[in-house]
Amino acid sequence: MHLIKPDHYRKMLAGQLAGQSAGSGEPVAPSRRGFLQGVAAIGGALVIGLHLETGKAFAAAAKDGPMPNAFVRIAPDSTVTVLIKHLDMGQGVTTGLATIVAEELDADWSQMRAAFAPADALLYNNLAFGPVQGTGGSTSVANSWEQLRKAGAAARHMLVAAAAEKWGVPASSITIDKGRLASGSHSGSFGEFAEAAAKLPVPTEVTLKDPKDFRLIGTRLPRLDSADKTDGKAIYALDIRRPGMLTAVLRRPDRFGATLKSFDATAAKKVPGVVEVVAVPNGIAVLATNTWAAIQGREALADIVWDEANAEMRSTPELMTAYKQLATTPGTSAAKRGDAAKGLSGAAKVIEAEFEFPYLAHAPMEPLNCVIEKTGDGVTIWTGSQFQTIEQAVTAGIMGIKLEQVKIETLWAGGSFGRRANPPADYVAEAATILKAIDGRAPVHLVWTREDDIKGGYYRPMFYHKVRAGVTADGKIAGWEQQIVGQSFIVGTPFEAFIVKNGVDGTSVEGASDTNYDIGNFAVDLHTVPSKVPTLWWRSVGHTHTAQAVEVMIDELAHAAGRDPVEFRMELLKDKPRHAAVLKLLAEKANWGPKAGQGKGRGLALHESFDTVVGSVIDVSVVDGQIKVDKVICAVDCGIAINPDVIAAQIEGGVGFGLGAALHDEITLDKGLVEQSNFDGFIPLRMSEMPKVEVHILPSANAPTGIGEPGVPGVAPALSNAIFDATGQRLRSLPFKLEDFKA
Amino acid sequence: MKFTLNGAEHSIEADGDMPLLWALRDVVGLTGTKFGCGVALCGACTVHVDGAPVRSCQTTVADVEGKSVTTIEGVAGSGEVGQAVVAAWRKLDVVQCGYCQSGQIMSAVGLLSENRKPTDDDIDAAMDGNVCRCATYQRIRAAIHDAAANLA
Ligand code: FES
Ligand code: FES
Repeated sequence: MHLIKPDHYRKMLAGQLAGQSAGSGEPVAPSRRGFLQGVAAIGGALVIGLHLETGKAFAAAAKDGPMPNAFVRIAPDSTVTVLIKHLDMGQGVTTGLATIVAEELDADWSQMRAAFAPADALLYNNLAFGPVQGTGGSTSVANSWEQLRKAGAAARHMLVAAAAEKWGVPASSITIDKGRLASGSHSGSFGEFAEAAAKLPVPTEVTLKDPKDFRLIGTRLPRLDSADKTDGKAIYALDIRRPGMLTAVLRRPDRFGATLKSFDATAAKKVPGVVEVVAVPNGIAVLATNTWAAIQGREALADIVWDEANAEMRSTPELMTAYKQLATTPGTSAAKRGDAAKGLSGAAKVIEAEFEFPYLAHAPMEPLNCVIEKTGDGVTIWTGSQFQTIEQAVTAGIMGIKLEQVKIETLWAGGSFGRRANPPADYVAEAATILKAIDGRAPVHLVWTREDDIKGGYYRPMFYHKVRAGVTADGKIAGWEQQIVGQSFIVGTPFEAFIVKNGVDGTSVEGASDTNYDIGNFAVDLHTVPSKVPTLWWRSVGHTHTAQAVEVMIDELAHAAGRDPVEFRMELLKDKPRHAAVLKLLAEKANWGPKAGQGKGRGLALHESFDTVVGSVIDVSVVDGQIKVDKVICAVDCGIAINPDVIAAQIEGGVGFGLGAALHDEITLDKGLVEQSNFDGFIPLRMSEMPKVEVHILPSANAPTGIGEPGVPGVAPALSNAIFDATGQRLRSLPFKLEDFKA
Repeated sequence: MKFTLNGAEHSIEADGDMPLLWALRDVVGLTGTKFGCGVALCGACTVHVDGAPVRSCQTTVADVEGKSVTTIEGVAGSGEVGQAVVAAWRKLDVVQCGYCQSGQIMSAVGLLSENRKPTDDDIDAAMDGNVCRCATYQRIRAAIHDAAANLA
């Protein structure tokens, strides 16, 4: 299931701009005026096709060199810069997207460069999101695939036409090899023809390469960002320095939903370097000439009184108890086939299992931050922007200006994992409210500390799953009943009307209600619970919990039926050749079969997310009563593999990210107060815990699908199943309590 | 306040209590050294003081008076170990978001300067203080071994 269908985004943006409340965390709702202006700005931009030559941003970008179209810039020295409309938060899209253009252009990889495109939804919208520029749902390569192939092919066509004219030869006689044009005795570089090519009409139709002729796609080209990220040159938002800039830190309420009543800033203002202290909708901002002074100034704030009348005061165990209670009652049906209850009544063996999932922080390595500055007719924002159009709309609403007066410079982002893409554009909105509070006197750099990040909400919601499933005497699934309880980050926002169908938020049940397994008697119910805790998608969204419940349960049923987990799944996938092929490759590569031996275990999971299928086998050993994760073997079908090494990196990283969640990650509340504050309480995976990861990619002729997220969902269930294999103990809830483990 | 920074004499005006991290980033303007946690839990801020890795968020400006500080901007030019480590990082495409990598590289150079043939356990011990939320650990380990092989 897609996280959010394209149509949702179109309507959602309209809702967003219309000034509906975007959830509990939003400080200021964008105005009705913002909506009308926003629609004017984005109207008619649903289809770009090859009409790439319009738009202000294009004109501005073209000043830096001739551009045959909005995505390709060719300099006199023949370097080719691809304008990247997506955020690169580590997933390597700059490299992947540049490769697509280079392929059709027949460029040499060494001449390729990448630059982040300006915020301009007319030119740079995500085709999976409608008229919104943004990155998410592992769509970057998938939505750009055809667009950039065409952009590369169009640029090639124009270079060839320019050369044909100059040389007086037919265009059909010109070849391009590794960035050199040639015909007979003529030969020339891209740079020589860039100027002339850019003046030619953009072709209305282009022929794309036959994939069998690909020379760059499918090879391990080096990343474009390795050099700058290894010598300190790569610029993140945290590195932006503007003349007269003030660094701001914000004192937010201790409890979600609380608001500021009063405070005393006398001592804070005396801290050397502190320039101003202002109240804003989300708390108290301390502005200083450097970060250290701002942090010290914040510590010196005194007598802060919050109004907690509407705050979340409960503890997480209390919430979980309520979730469990709800799961004993019928919920809203998310899927129903056959008759699960009847099937189960005839089962030979029935298993009842509970799965608990905590709140999770994203904790991107670069603490959230952004710079905002007043310009002649608007504002400029520098940030690792993941939802450019939404950030423009929200900022325009706060500043009382038009969407197109908000300029965004997208920079390298030090991670996101979903955190930077949020409907209320929370930290950008905070920065704008601070700039407004000081009347735009100085550029403002809002910096979150790690404590702000861990305590700041927008967590992956807590979830509870209860599954009752059974097998027949002949080893088939007799029935499957699943109750899912959790908070929705869609309900209560403008997204609700478009994503919640028949009372079911698709992001809460994806990966369970739409399972690929052929289960005849099947029912999934959802209970959506409210809370003041702001929540958000977290790398792989609903699959972060549904994969654990489904894949552990399938393993339990296989064991109950006395069947091999691979063979058991194969039978359930008989109508899903793509999934079966991944499972087959995985079983081969992992040499699936005999039990690994005393004190050893191996477990399996297979899961589809973001149109990509990933199978994972995890090997563990029991060492001195402790579980050690030895090796992870993954098989992946993500369509045509643009860059197998970047794909491998995403799976390796996804495994590490998933392991962190399986072993450690957890945000808990005590009477509404977040109990963790930094990397001592919210524990990241470290080097010594990282297993060997092996990645096998299925050859494919299909268009590329997602890769940033699909490595995550299978990790916890494969590990859980491996621990069962090694020890006979079922660990279902996350994070696994390994200290309770007895060998 | 005077110290040597990447081989050149430097003098800055800053409160002696200011963490070196913020002095480098906000006063000197060298932003390659990163802020990740502020409390010695992540290693993103790692620099070398007189050749040894330290967490600059826990080192004050006064602590480095008269000493020699090397940051990510200067480490490749600081000697063969720095050069080998940066080269290995590029060869194996270690980086993802890249934000932790300044600190990772500084810690790896520190390790290889002391121990030219580190085992996996040595790498765990030296690198466990450096968090990578993108989990590039497998490649960091491989790059350290690769740099060690090239230095042998
Ligand atoms: S910022 Fe210094 S160790 Fe994290
Ligand atoms: S590369 Fe992103 S945190 Fe290490």
